[in-house]
Amino acid sequence: MIAWKIGGDQGEGIDSTGDVLATVANRMGYFVYGYKNFSSRIKGGHTNYKVRISTTRVEATTKRTDILVALNQETIDKNFSELDNGLLLADSVFNPVLPDNAKAQLLTLPLTAIAKDLGSVVMRNMVAVGASAALLQLPVEPFVEYVTAKFERKGQAVVESNRQAVEVGYQRVKEEYGHLLTYHLGEPDPGDRLVINGNDAIALGAIAGGCRLMCGYPITPATDIMESLVKWFPLVGGAVVQMEDELGSITAVIGAGFGGARAMTASSGPGISLMQEAIGLASVAEIPAVIVDTQRGGPSTGMPTKQEQSDLLALLQGGHGDTLRVVLTPGSIEESFEDAVEAFNLAEQFQTPVIIATDLSLSLWQQSVDRSRLNGPAQPIRRGATFSQEDLLALGANVFQRYQFSADGISPRSLPGEAYGQYLATGVEHSTNGKVSEDPSNRTKMMDKRLMKLQGVTQVRDGFKYEGPEDPDLILVGIGSTVGVLKEAAKQLGSKVGVAWFRTLSPFPKERVLSVLASARHVLVVEQNALGQLRQLMTAHETTDHRYDSLLKYNGVPFLPEEVVTRAAALLTPVEVH
Amino acid sequence: MATLQEFRTNEKSWWCPGCGDFGVLAAMQKALVAVGADPATTAIVAGIGCSGKIGNYINSYNIHVTHGRALPAALGLKLANRDLMVLAAGGDGDAYAIGMGHFMHALRRNVNVTYVVMDNHIYGLTKGQTSPTSQEGFKTKTSPKGSLERPIHPLMLAVSAGATFVAQGFSSWQPQLAALIQKGIEHPGFSLINVISPCVTYNKVNTYDWYKQSLQNLDNDPDYVPNDRTKALARLHETDELVTGLIYQEESTPYEDLIPGFKDTPLVHQDLHVDPHTWNQILATLE
Repeated sequence: MIAWKIGGDQGEGIDSTGDVLATVANRMGYFVYGYKNFSSRIKGGHTNYKVRISTTRVEATTKRTDILVALNQETIDKNFSELDNGLLLADSVFNPVLPDNAKAQLLTLPLTAIAKDLGSVVMRNMVAVGASAALLQLPVEPFVEYVTAKFERKGQAVVESNRQAVEVGYQRVKEEYGHLLTYHLGEPDPGDRLVINGNDAIALGAIAGGCRLMCGYPITPATDIMESLVKWFPLVGGAVVQMEDELGSITAVIGAGFGGARAMTASSGPGISLMQEAIGLASVAEIPAVIVDTQRGGPSTGMPTKQEQSDLLALLQGGHGDTLRVVLTPGSIEESFEDAVEAFNLAEQFQTPVIIATDLSLSLWQQSVDRSRLNGPAQPIRRGATFSQEDLLALGANVFQRYQFSADGISPRSLPGEAYGQYLATGVEHSTNGKVSEDPSNRTKMMDKRLMKLQGVTQVRDGFKYEGPEDPDLILVGIGSTVGVLKEAAKQLGSKVGVAWFRTLSPFPKERVLSVLASARHVLVVEQNALGQLRQLMTAHETTDHRYDSLLKYNGVPFLPEEVVTRAAALLTPVEVH
Repeated sequence: MATLQEFRTNEKSWWCPGCGDFGVLAAMQKALVAVGADPATTAIVAGIGCSGKIGNYINSYNIHVTHGRALPAALGLKLANRDLMVLAAGGDGDAYAIGMGHFMHALRRNVNVTYVVMDNHIYGLTKGQTSPTSQEGFKTKTSPKGSLERPIHPLMLAVSAGATFVAQGFSSWQPQLAALIQKGIEHPGFSLINVISPCVTYNKVNTYDWYKQSLQNLDNDPDYVPNDRTKALARLHETDELVTGLIYQEESTPYEDLIPGFKDTPLVHQDLHVDPHTWNQILATLE
């Protein structure tokens, strides 16, 4: 496993350089994980992109960097401490200086000058790609092949100069620093994999799950979902509407859900806060809606480009009044795909808003994913209980009761367009025919019906997953992108440590949580927020006890496996008491 | 063909006797019959306020949403099932205060929805506070010394914002109002029909008599042709929007016809599964 990183000023093509490396390494059969560190601005400011390349699956970033490519001095100053006897390749144009305490070998190459000689300074990144291929001891041909295809549209001259940029970068490293190249990645594991992020997975899952309308308002880090669907929806006859705000986005989704289409919106904390009132409407009027929250640093504008998991309690209880919501928390990119499909099924089956809570790291950082885990045509579509036109005609006019009471709390719905199925859907408390009612006994029964029906979700879905030994000394508990970090930490901690993660946060999978955690000597809840919201939730459901500890982080930087290992090791070490 | 009776419900009205909203309801039902609408394929989206109760009294598929958000819900519903005849309804508070943002964007988006605003220049359901269309100096419970703000001019705003159909009716002038709503429904795009709908309980200034004396009926002006944005604005400005009739209309292609790849078959009638060929096309963009 190798960790490669490139850094420079934002707007200098750092992202595309990292993408090239990740894509080509993935095609060669390696597993990649890409981590971009960026700010909420377009040009200027330090940015970097770390790609881990491995012969086995990777789903977290790490502290250590083996190869650092620096396009300016700031990159060295901010990142050299990650190098532990690693290589630092710097553009000689800025006269790089290696700090005294750096544990790295400095390699300089005139990246800018080489690019200029080939025609344009823009190709500096391609020189860096070629140089990186050499540093990683990877063959240059796949990179040349990729670049040739990538620039084909721009004409032969552009293809040729970029191809040369890659080759010259590669050759120069081989010639000047060949004696320093000691890394060996190992043999790749060929497979049919795509490099995608969680947002891609959600957009794919939405299409596979029958979603054909997306109404949204751009916000980091959710916007990719909208942009992907704009690209893909014309192929399946769907539509994306860029709304005027998030109030409009969620309400349009509810309108569409009432109409019988599968629709979604995607946002992050600030937008989700605006949607809270309407989510209550969908709950009370029993209208399917799917909402994605790609969490970021909060509250308010918070840290728009930084990782956090601090919306959890707001997602469960953020609106006024008594409601239960279905909140799904995928713990990987593959689970993001599965949950996107499932969200649309659950929303219609239970006639309710379903929220998918991801987070910035899970939604934006790319990873190698087996194509077989993204099988769109094979996904099930469950529409839930409905009255067909035949059913309604059999009933006759003015008989249909949209909100009739039932054993499981679910009332079959009619869809607009069907004769004799007309009704009023309203956010006002209503009787079984949908008309406004303030009758006390009706109110109690309606509230109970809505709360009770969602308990059925725990029967159709495993809300709490576990991987690890049967008699663990320690179970690490997390959600979202933290799950990948915990899995890597558990590997390092040895055979007596397991990882458990929530797939459903609401309705709370209490029985599963109790049974999974029963055998653990210690439980460490690892979450990225300051209030320990996940543990609070577990406590509220009476699943915690003296075995529990928390590891919290809220500085915007994703957890590193090393941090979890350090804390877990301290828990596992017996403390002498005198 | 559905009859007027088929568009009625047996729900007892919550409106005050004499409320202008009765006239709006009646005109809407007449317009629905006139265009040959079917209760099964008609949908009314309403907001919050006295006006928002209208869905209780029309037999169709009705959704009563949060305050100010009827138009986004109507958009979503129309895109879900473009075979539906979708009408939205709200009051001056719902449309021009809390819902103003959606109003402006619905105008420029031009989805095929008919928006009937019941404008009484006052907040009725909360028992008499200033509305965005209240006249300057208008005294209410929240403006005891008179409203300090200038009123919104929704019609001029609509014409300026790129509306393709703008009309105003008066709840007492039934034939004209029903005809305007009918034209609005038939218009292939977003249509605004602002309706003067007096509040007999809380607005003692803008009464039926006051409107009858103040309103100019464009139907009586053979020289007015509603196809010129500049002339429409001039007339609205001259009359301080105290006109009824069709103010502006242009040829229009509705939003849903412009969406790339969006089909004539409503979304609700399409197969939700994705076929393997299309799926591979999608995945290819990620390779």
